[in-house]
Amino acid sequence: MPQPHDIIFRTLADPTRRAIFERLCRDGDQTVGALTAEAGISQPAVSKHLGVLKRAGLVRDRHQGRQTHYSAESAALAPLTDWARQMTAFWQGRFDQLEDLLKRMDQ
Amino acid sequence: MTDSTTETLSVIVERELAFPPEKIWRALTQPLLIAEWLMKNDFRPIQGHSFNFTADWGAVDCQVLEVDPNKTLSYTWDAMGLGSVVTWTLTPTGTGTHLRMEQAGFRQDQQQAYQGAKYGWQRFFASLEQVLARIE
Repeated sequence: MPQPHDIIFRTLADPTRRAIFERLCRDGDQTVGALTAEAGISQPAVSKHLGVLKRAGLVRDRHQGRQTHYSAESAALAPLTDWARQMTAFWQGRFDQLEDLLKRMDQ
Repeated sequence: MTDSTTETLSVIVERELAFPPEKIWRALTQPLLIAEWLMKNDFRPIQGHSFNFTADWGAVDCQVLEVDPNKTLSYTWDAMGLGSVVTWTLTPTGTGTHLRMEQAGFRQDQQQAYQGAKYGWQRFFASLEQVLARIE
């Protein structure tokens, strides 16, 4: 079972997908049509990328009349920032232990 | 190494230590000493050597990438579904050693897949941070 951060890394590895996600973070709610106008690829291709982002929990969709609006789920990025925070705390603790060991070691 | 090192999610911890690089190198590369401050292990300072760190919460799969005695040590660090590379750099100072540890959140083979990216990861995270700060 892949971990959440693994899925997020893989999903955002694609530059086009990352650009779409960035746009949603920056500009808020968008329709597929509006995203296609800027993405430089076909609407079905944009829809496919949005589907991948949605499955990763990075975007959500909302139907309004005949239009589907997409928005970024920024809370989904938490596993990435959590990873960095946890690893920083882990290594800082290990540095303390390393320094203690160095004091005890023979020259 | 190429610019790809900047296209990663990295954790960097640095510290000035009042000990010579040779002594720190021993603590970083001798299994019994490593176990005293990091985790139990079957490390050997040989490029390509596969080893594990083990703790009560699980194991970390590793492989030695680079060994440059008293200067640089790097190994892969795969744990909890995420591949990364840990690189230790020792720089002598007038009073001891500047020790730097960088853990980059992608393996080198994975990094290559990101090199053609339109936006560097670091820039991506920096811009997102600004966006998230605005939202909160």
